[in-house]
Amino acid sequence: MAEFDPKIVAFVCNWCTYAGADLTGTSRMKYSPQVSVIRFPCTGRIDFMLLLKAFAGGADGVIVSGCHPNDCHYSSGNFHARRRWIVFRGLLDFLGIDVRRVRFSWVSAAEGAKWAQLVNETVEQVRVLGPHRAYQRLRGLGVG
Amino acid sequence: MEALRNKARELLAAGTVKVVIGYGRGSGGAARAVFIRDAARSGALIYDDSCRQNLAVYLMKPEVRRLGKAALVASPATLRTVLQLAAENQVPEGGLLLLAPAGGEVAVLAELSAVEARVAAQDQDLGRAEREELARYEAMTLEQRRDFWQEQFARCIKCYACRAACPLCYCARCTVECNQPQWIPVPAHDLGNLEWNVMRAMHLAGRCVDCGDCSRACPAGIPLHLLNRRLIAVVRESFAVQAGRSAKSDNALSTFKPDDPEDFIR
Repeated sequence: MAEFDPKIVAFVCNWCTYAGADLTGTSRMKYSPQVSVIRFPCTGRIDFMLLLKAFAGGADGVIVSGCHPNDCHYSSGNFHARRRWIVFRGLLDFLGIDVRRVRFSWVSAAEGAKWAQLVNETVEQVRVLGPHRAYQRLRGLGVG
Repeated sequence: MEALRNKARELLAAGTVKVVIGYGRGSGGAARAVFIRDAARSGALIYDDSCRQNLAVYLMKPEVRRLGKAALVASPATLRTVLQLAAENQVPEGGLLLLAPAGGEVAVLAELSAVEARVAAQDQDLGRAEREELARYEAMTLEQRRDFWQEQFARCIKCYACRAACPLCYCARCTVECNQPQWIPVPAHDLGNLEWNVMRAMHLAGRCVDCGDCSRACPAGIPLHLLNRRLIAVVRESFAVQAGRSAKSDNALSTFKPDDPEDFIR
């Protein structure tokens, strides 16, 4: 059987991690192509519903990444996001959804190497966990 | 009960309040909400163990607000709800009287500070039975919890009774009604049911005061209060705050501290 290639969706902030991922590319560093990057103005904008929609759309794992604490372009978006993720992880775990599939990180615009490592590590971890069948089995009616 | 009726009669006759929102006897012996605007009808008020609904839910309804200044018969959970609503700027200071029955007497609370003092005198924590119930689910394996909740949510019919019963679910336009994009699918299928219940719990995180009306309202008997209780526990452990304790607090998720504890962001 061929090796499982997980689908990873990365929600990143425009000011730090997106620029960091750009640096990874301009530095010609290679990393896993399993990741789809979605750019947001700020981690504070990343609603927990977006993560659920990613899973519903077939993602096996999710990355959320933005500016380090005290480095937010809007000064406090990442602090608010941090509180949200602390609570959201508590809820996911209680609902029986494996929180190892949701990876949170701070990657600055200067950390191109850290971005490559983050993606590679997440892909490897989700590869071990396997496809997110428990979630993908939750089928809708083919609408909405 | 007599003390409560007398107090209601007095307040209505003096014109201090325009309406007393309390419990009356409904069909089948069940307690139901009554809105008494005429002092002569104060005898319809009851207060006993069957009176469990959190009447604060009516404070947010425009048609009730139009009736004028209200006196609300308040259980301990209702007092906490009023404090949380005040913290969210939904209850103006002095715009409401609370009638808190206790041991044959009835305390009239007009100031939010008096409500805070009364709530502070209550048991601050979950009871032993509640803690054990939550611990039982937390002790399950991930797969057991997943199966448990999928079985529960499979019965959800998306009637949104949990939302209607919740005094803190008062948004004039709920995300559920937003259809560009459609965040929550309309039909009751497994995926949409999970998304709805996650969203409901998250939007109440750091705000829920654990009155339990969501579970009591659910026609499918889904123990929704467990989700809220779990988040109350997470918020308390992580941020050392609890909703419904003060009329001045910030919601846990609309504020932050630079050193909020976490060990999972690398």
